[in-house]
Amino acid sequence: MGFLDIKQATKSYGAVQVLHETDISIEEGEFLVLVGPSGCGKSTLLNMIAGLENITSGEIAIRGKSMNGVKPADRNIAMVFQSYALYPNMTVSGNISFGMEMHGIEKSEREKRISQVSDLLQIKHLLDRKPGQLSGGQRQRVAMGRALVREPDVFLFDEPLSNLDAKLRVDMRTEIKKLHQKLGTTIVYVTHDQIEALTLSTRIAVMFGGYVQQLGTPKEIYDNPANMFVAGFMGSPSMNLFPAKVVSENGQSAAEVSLANGTKASIPFATEELASDVGRDIILGIRPEAITDRDGADRNSQAVHIVEAPVEVTEPAGSDTFVVSQIGGKDVTGRFRADVAVNAGDTFPFAFNMEKAVAFDPQSENRIA
Amino acid sequence: MATTHAKSGNSIGRIVLYTLLVFFCIYYLLPLYVMLVNSLKPLSEITAGGMMALPQEWTIAPWLSAWSSAQVGVEATGLRPYFLNSIIMVVPAVALSTIVGALNGYVLTKWPFRGATILFGLLLFGCFIPFQMVLIPMARMLGLMGLAGSVPGLIFVHFVYGIGFSTLYFRNYYAAFPTELVRAAQIDGAGFFRIFWRILLPSSGPIAVVCIIWQFTNIWNDFLFGASFSDFDSQPMTVALNNLVQSSTGVKEYNVHFAGAIMAALPTLLVYIVAGRYFVRGLMAGSVKG
Ligand SMILES: Nc1ncnc2c1ncn2[C@@H]1O[C@H](COP(=O)(O)OP(=O)(O)O)[C@@H](O)[C@H]1O
Ligand SMILES: [Mg+2]
Repeated sequence: MGFLDIKQATKSYGAVQVLHETDISIEEGEFLVLVGPSGCGKSTLLNMIAGLENITSGEIAIRGKSMNGVKPADRNIAMVFQSYALYPNMTVSGNISFGMEMHGIEKSEREKRISQVSDLLQIKHLLDRKPGQLSGGQRQRVAMGRALVREPDVFLFDEPLSNLDAKLRVDMRTEIKKLHQKLGTTIVYVTHDQIEALTLSTRIAVMFGGYVQQLGTPKEIYDNPANMFVAGFMGSPSMNLFPAKVVSENGQSAAEVSLANGTKASIPFATEELASDVGRDIILGIRPEAITDRDGADRNSQAVHIVEAPVEVTEPAGSDTFVVSQIGGKDVTGRFRADVAVNAGDTFPFAFNMEKAVAFDPQSENRIA
Repeated sequence: MATTHAKSGNSIGRIVLYTLLVFFCIYYLLPLYVMLVNSLKPLSEITAGGMMALPQEWTIAPWLSAWSSAQVGVEATGLRPYFLNSIIMVVPAVALSTIVGALNGYVLTKWPFRGATILFGLLLFGCFIPFQMVLIPMARMLGLMGLAGSVPGLIFVHFVYGIGFSTLYFRNYYAAFPTELVRAAQIDGAGFFRIFWRILLPSSGPIAVVCIIWQFTNIWNDFLFGASFSDFDSQPMTVALNNLVQSSTGVKEYNVHFAGAIMAALPTLLVYIVAGRYFVRGLMAGSVKG
């Protein structure tokens, strides 16, 4: 039993089930990110934890106590919304103190806590302003202050950074991470941005179509995606997924792929997991950073294999150059060092680090190796 | 050449436009002028002709008479008691229908329930039922409630009739009010009424003004319900004005009638002047993002 337990929780609107049976157990102090494309049910699940949506079946418990039927105000949670949801008619300090006032906390204590939180978030000079007089970043801070001051068991964030411009978003991301390290409060955080998920979380739940596709640490999710959806969704640029066939070559199992010039190449696997599947069609998954120029390959890897492949496009990106080749009819991107002389139309050696390769079943899209 | 030509053509167009506008403006304000000047002259000047002329002898006697001594119906009380009737009818009726409309709008948008849309549809339908259709059922209802022929009866009628429109106003206004604010307040621990009172109402100024002006004008100016559901001692201003004009024995005191008519129109005029700015602003709210 964890600190926050989601047990077989589901949500339906009428006949439409938007959240299928979900089990997540969160430990105290964890930073869980729910990530997935728009409409996958992240906010719904978060609102169920908050008590803003009732759950259709199953149970949600905090500190071992069932929260089914408990009002949002009595769950000892605080929430930061995407629109910040600051009360427009109240000042910043009014906004921060409203929740404490509703919970019957005395004025002197309220003022003490407002002062602490506004110091922490550096919003002291804004306390007498109305939300309309604040910039986006300042509103964001106030919204966090309103949540922090409640000293809740669990913080819930619903896409708190998506209304900020790119630079501010990165800064606030760092600040949220620092705050979490400093306060150690349990956080459930919703975002559609996979980079936010990877940078902030201690664990990630990748959601799609009302299902939790995979639950794991950022490293597990990134290195060992459970299916093709997770593989394609997490990471930027995303993982290359292209058709291949399992063959046996020199007593070793290998992936046979077709190149744009009509030839076939076979790339030996790092393990023999697929040795019994010779002849099987698979989808090979390999991240751009595991396809490099020869000298850029990972020196610690035991399974780097060179494939001479025609270069279709090169995309210099400053620190690296992304090099695209057609493999198995798909655009496959490799991440080369910026100073490698490679041009479109060349046939060039691509170094595949097969230790990082994964394989999926083309029909079920599930991971097989 | 071409531009100066276009410019002069433009300015001729403008002169024509403004002349027309001024003409229509005068035409539209003419009745007010006639009422005002004739309410301030002795009857003899009116009967001698010259409705349009300014008074030769200025007097406020017609006003005093209309207010406190003219014959209204059977008694020579002037319009004062009926003016008071209208005030004590219109204030609670406007207040109640606005408050209930605001609550309805709040529930319909922020606490939707099964059948909420249908209920709102029915309320809207209620806005457009012709007054005449409800006269007889309403008379029966008032009788059963013991409110027939009384000011509270009129308050009730106008209150109920006003709910449709006030709900429409507030529902549309609150539909654009961010639901996340309500959710944030729920998490902060505020209940149903507290959220309404502390979060929604403080932001409802513009639409409240629109609603109040609308209700005030309609209820104050209503004649049909006033004539149908009141007794001599509970008649509103509009009905009393009619009686004043009808019941003058002997000579028709046009100057007193004019003064009475202006008195009847004054409160609505006042409301527009005081709150007119907000009225326009409220009507625009929602259509323009702030
Ligand atoms: N009140 C509602 N009635 C019906 N369907 C809803 C309601 N709220 C959300 N949904 C549906 O539930 C699904 C998940 O929504 P949501 O949790 O908001 O997605 P997101 O992952 O983008 O936050 C969406 O397909 C949405 O259309
Ligand atoms: Mg969402």
